[in-house]
Amino acid sequence: MTRQDTLENIVRISGTDAKKCMKCGKCDGRCPAYNDMDVKPHQFVNYVAEGKLEKLLASHAIWNCLSCMACVERCPRGVAPQGVIEAVRDTVIRMQGNNGIKAEEIPPIVDEMIPQQLLVSAYRKYNK
Amino acid sequence: MKICYYPGCTLKTKAKELDRYARLSAEALGVTMEEIENWQCCGAVYPTARDEIATKLSAVRALDYAKHNGGKLLTLCSACHNVIKRVNDDMTNDENIRTKANNYLALDEAYAGETQVIHYLEMLRDIVGFDAIKEKVVNPIGKKIGAYYGCLLLRPGKVMAFDNPENPTIIEDFLQAIGATPVKYPMRNECCGAYVALKNENLPKERSKAIVKNAESHGAEMLVTACPLCLYNIQKNGGMPVVYFTELLAEALGVK
Repeated sequence: MTRQDTLENIVRISGTDAKKCMKCGKCDGRCPAYNDMDVKPHQFVNYVAEGKLEKLLASHAIWNCLSCMACVERCPRGVAPQGVIEAVRDTVIRMQGNNGIKAEEIPPIVDEMIPQQLLVSAYRKYNK
Repeated sequence: MKICYYPGCTLKTKAKELDRYARLSAEALGVTMEEIENWQCCGAVYPTARDEIATKLSAVRALDYAKHNGGKLLTLCSACHNVIKRVNDDMTNDENIRTKANNYLALDEAYAGETQVIHYLEMLRDIVGFDAIKEKVVNPIGKKIGAYYGCLLLRPGKVMAFDNPENPTIIEDFLQAIGATPVKYPMRNECCGAYVALKNENLPKERSKAIVKNAESHGAEMLVTACPLCLYNIQKNGGMPVVYFTELLAEALGVK
């Protein structure tokens, strides 16, 4: 895929219109992972609109977004920052060798109480 | 009445109490939960990328089964409810997803979102009725309890249509019906840190602590939830007792 194709695909699969953002910052204000987001929710939206692909693909924030949908709920312009973040994460992990978690990292952090729901959802979010 | 029921992976393993007390309580309230045949794991998180199809098929299979078996699908786990309800919205409103999912599944009759997805709490509110529950309570709970909604039942509000996503009351109303004192606190619809526990354990630690501290400062003695992952994160990091809402219901109805 060319750089332009990748950008266009992110726009398409995000299911949201980044150009509608008016930069009010409500998404950031509500984000429970804000301190762990090196690229903030509003920046994901703006970078897509401005075509700053490299900054998006290199972000650590794609692993810290909780998909809690608080940003989507609060956006007064009907933009879905979470949709952009997930589109970027999917773009990254759909490339060979880019999975977010490795199977061998899992056993040491699994305790007796860990619900299947956690393992299944993490694998769905981080790996392809 | 009988209703099709989708339990999900965690309710068969780590969250057996959520399931068991739900079934016992439903029977006491005149509802039989009939587990659907050959259900598959819903995937636990709704894939938001608009080109995701295969990851939604297990939900569509469950929805289609319910369509031919009474037209309603009862869910209990917050994650299953979120995934199945949102996939159902796609099958109703997203032509691309509907067409591709149906092409793949090749059902006798195409599925187009006909099934009504109902969470157990919605069943208590809308089918049984909180007043009817109140009449059947034999052991009023009598504790100050904080409802912990989390994200999955409420958001996105337009699709979930569960309650007011910013100021929900359904669990507080439920708590009142079983003789408990609901404690409202601002962080009851904030995220616990969810699946990031596997990648960055500090995040759920901080989130869960903040939620418990907030509930505590408003006078809660314990929390109730409908989500096994919320329960896990809060229990591990929060330091306040947290139980499934069905356990309290069964206790109140005298069937625990």
